[in-house]
Amino acid sequence: METSDGELKVLMIAALDGDGGAYRALLGDLRLRLAAYFGRRLRRDPDDVEDLVQDTLIAIHTRRGTYDRGQALTPWVYAIARYKLIDHYRRGGRRVFVPLEDAGELRVPDHGAAVGARRDVERALATLPERTRALLRDLKIDELSVAETAARAGMSEGAVKVAAHRGLRALIDRFAAPGRSHD
Amino acid sequence: MTEDLIDRLTSDLRPARKGVVGRRLALALAAGLAVSLVGVLLSLGPRADYPQALLSRMFWMKLAYAGAFATVGVFCVERLARPAGAAGSRLRWLAAPLIGIAVAAALQMVGKPAAQVHRLVMGDSAMVCPWVIAATSAPLLIALIWAVRGLAPTRLRLAGALMGLTAGGFGALIYCLHCPEAGAPFVAIWYSLGILIPCAIGALAGPRLLRW
Repeated sequence: METSDGELKVLMIAALDGDGGAYRALLGDLRLRLAAYFGRRLRRDPDDVEDLVQDTLIAIHTRRGTYDRGQALTPWVYAIARYKLIDHYRRGGRRVFVPLEDAGELRVPDHGAAVGARRDVERALATLPERTRALLRDLKIDELSVAETAARAGMSEGAVKVAAHRGLRALIDRFAAPGRSHD
Repeated sequence: MTEDLIDRLTSDLRPARKGVVGRRLALALAAGLAVSLVGVLLSLGPRADYPQALLSRMFWMKLAYAGAFATVGVFCVERLARPAGAAGSRLRWLAAPLIGIAVAAALQMVGKPAAQVHRLVMGDSAMVCPWVIAATSAPLLIALIWAVRGLAPTRLRLAGALMGLTAGGFGALIYCLHCPEAGAPFVAIWYSLGILIPCAIGALAGPRLLRW
């Protein structure tokens, strides 16, 4: 059974009055709650959970004078946890220093996904014959017109269209059945 | 790791000082008030009609109007300087000075010819008043920012706005010692604007300056 807010509050008040044992019991309990709280919100980077738990425990300790004995304890604790979490997002892995309030106006370009997609396309392109690969590169990546592509390749426009069409089909097949690609 | 941390935090635990929030805010306000007061008295001086001024109803009404914002503001900041501190029920008290000044302004203006109404609204210093109040509140806002940074606000924009409002209220209170205006409509518009300036600055600067 979880300790109730009332029990935690008793521990907190004893701790504020200098009872180290009560404080130890309190932080031991809060530590588990905080780990659960951050764990639920940071599934993708579990390494940060322990850091945040410690940051929050330190904040609880240094700012314990701001706890109002007339109020419930857990809202006070979770408000600190939430503050630390927002702070973590703000200065987080991507190192974007944007106040949360402005975050809606700024979109962080998702380089990870773009780089990943680019690599997949390159890998699939590599499975095509050299000539078709050059055509698709000109047409789809460098966005040349059919006429320009034809001129560069020394082919008729009709032949470029047919070859590009076949190349695209082959690419789509590669993505549809990645097992057949050569890696 | 976390175990070691808890060991460190809980060993040699001493009783926490009580009333940290109140003490810090009081200290900041005392320092800010002293600076603003000296600033106003040295640069603008007290109003010339002192003994009589104390007998005028408008003198006290201005003090009450400014003092109400200062008081409600302090009580809100006292909450907002703490994690999870909700100021909602205290914020509602701001309606009192607003309604009070609106009623007083309406009573002064009703049935008056346009020229007199214009005079009641604009007084002699309408274009200076908001800026001087904002300047007078600056030392208070700076002191409050110092105080609250050392506490634990978690809603920084709201806390900043209420700190600005508090500073504006106290700034206006001090400015009352100089300002000879006697129109309630003047106070309703220009004093309010002067109090709103630090309030807006606080809201803008809060998220940056109050981080801990």
